[in-house]
Amino acid sequence: MRTARSLTAFSLPFLLVLTACGTSASDQPTAEQSAAAEGFPVTVTDARGEVTLETAPRRIVSLSPSLTEILFEVGAGDQVVAVDEYSNHPPEAPTTDLSGFTPNVEAIADYEPDLVVLSDDGSDITEQLEKLAIPVLLLPAAQTVDDTYAQMELLGEATGNAEEGAAAAEELRGRLDALVAGIGEDAAGLSYYHEIDAQLYSVTSDTFIGQVYGLFGLVNIADEAEDAAGGYPQLSAEFIVDQDPDLIFVSYPGGAQDVLGRPAFDSLTAVREGNVIEVDPDTSSRWGPRIVDFAEDVAEAVEAARAE
Amino acid sequence: MTGAALRTGLRTGIRVGTGRRAVPGPLWLGVGLAALLGATVLGVSAGAASLTPAEIVRELLSHLPFLGVESTLNERQRAVLVQLRMPRVVLGALVGGLLAGAGAAYQGVFRNPLADPYLLGAASGAGLGATLVIVYGGAAPAGLPLVPVAAFAGALLGVMAAYLLGRAAGRGGTAPLLLAGVAVSSFLTAVQTFVQQSRIDELQRVYTWMLGGLGYGGWEDLRLVAPYAAVSLAVLLGSGFLLDLLALGDEKATSLGVRPATVRLVVISAASLATASAVAVSGLIGFVGIVVPHLVRRLVGPDHRRILPVSLLFGGAFLVVADIAARTLVAPAELPLGVVTAFVGAPFFVLVLHATRSRAG
Repeated sequence: MRTARSLTAFSLPFLLVLTACGTSASDQPTAEQSAAAEGFPVTVTDARGEVTLETAPRRIVSLSPSLTEILFEVGAGDQVVAVDEYSNHPPEAPTTDLSGFTPNVEAIADYEPDLVVLSDDGSDITEQLEKLAIPVLLLPAAQTVDDTYAQMELLGEATGNAEEGAAAAEELRGRLDALVAGIGEDAAGLSYYHEIDAQLYSVTSDTFIGQVYGLFGLVNIADEAEDAAGGYPQLSAEFIVDQDPDLIFVSYPGGAQDVLGRPAFDSLTAVREGNVIEVDPDTSSRWGPRIVDFAEDVAEAVEAARAE
Repeated sequence: MTGAALRTGLRTGIRVGTGRRAVPGPLWLGVGLAALLGATVLGVSAGAASLTPAEIVRELLSHLPFLGVESTLNERQRAVLVQLRMPRVVLGALVGGLLAGAGAAYQGVFRNPLADPYLLGAASGAGLGATLVIVYGGAAPAGLPLVPVAAFAGALLGVMAAYLLGRAAGRGGTAPLLLAGVAVSSFLTAVQTFVQQSRIDELQRVYTWMLGGLGYGGWEDLRLVAPYAAVSLAVLLGSGFLLDLLALGDEKATSLGVRPATVRLVVISAASLATASAVAVSGLIGFVGIVVPHLVRRLVGPDHRRILPVSLLFGGAFLVVADIAARTLVAPAELPLGVVTAFVGAPFFVLVLHATRSRAG
């Protein structure tokens, strides 16, 4: 049950621009064999530019756990034939041993995909796939919650589920808003430290996960390390103890235990008052629909801390 | 370091070179001790947490009887100082000393200034051990330091493999051993990379370990390696004379009643134990083990009875200072210590080479 969080950590910030579709720049509308799924051809804009899909994809391969979750959320699950080794959710996702980290173009082509979605083009896999005339959508890690909504809408459109995509995004937005409203002023002034591994790597508020905490108005102690390591600084233990955060979130298995057994950490308020919270490594590192599960964990922790 | 001191060092070196046996150079031992002491004081005063020197002094004095000094630190600040910062400084001094001492010994055994503690597969072996545990070990049970133990074992096994291979490949001399070290290193590195690539979610942990750092294991890390460090350092300090004999060449050493192969085995074992101890608690920190002994040799001359102890002190001081940079330059974040040692050390080394050459010329 591990995640591809290091991928997120290493990926550079991208700005995802989503533009309107429909204005067909296509020049070969010979789509007579297609069952004419409504609205196709569709043009969407991924991280590299416009991509036109002539017909609704029937054999999608996803190389990103977050995108897999989004595809299933927007109702395109039936069209997905293979997902990468780390895509473990939802349970019905057809997990394979495909790697999104060191992708192998022949292994992907074996699934005869008519669309490949991925969030990391580290080894120029998009170019290789396009040489085989396989359409590719490159959707990098979301930087903000808005990026998640946008990717949900985009993948909805690209797979012929535009309405469901928009509805899923709307529902997610509504649930997050309700959570934040439920907490209200309770989180104001509370500080937190989010630890992604035992070597004290943390996240700043510039990261996607930092923004989720930010929705609640929590104050991130890692923000003093700005510009360090692209939002994922390795903090000094001295600094963490000195800051004495109100809440400590750890997002790896066994993390809470590790924090409790660490030298000097027993003097921390969060440790003494039981405010060290182990969050699900998957929901807290992916930018898919389950960020709301993660947000619920955070809201619960805030309420518990305030109740004391 | 003043020009006068450098000149003195060179004079001392020349004296040894002309054959006069000398006790370990008291001057450079003194300088080394002072450097280590100064680095320690600096190391304890500097850090990401906001403690003033005055507060630290009061805290330390408050532990002495009869002075009646009251500490002004709160419990958390005291924990930062005593449980985090102080053990890290001590660990830095120990690791630096171990690496520099091991490097000096390897350079002596191989009679090659380019030898370093990682020459015979210690680094790649430790890297493989640590990677295996990180990738396949799952969440470590509390209280069982899997990574240090695996790195320690890996380093020793790596060197052992290189040694046996070198023995099997050729008789006498050090060339077969060196080549076996190269072969074992490449092989183990290849396996390590393969294992590492199989689990990308642990990539960051592996990399962080590789880049080296003293971390915040507290006194526990020190307790872990202290016995091995003590044994290896004792043997290394006692082997100076034997290395001096070895420096005369295998034939001459044999005629003086020393068996070169046995000396090499003993010294390599001790140096490898020192390296393994250091690697277990600090990952792969480069540069210290090659540059410090090299620098010390230029200062105190070719006598290993001087080079070894002075290297220990300078190595410790150097690493403590480098770690201050790692802890404070980007505070409250940290830099990998291996990056700092190379970044600071390399230009410094070039300067020293240049300075000593022009003085000598």
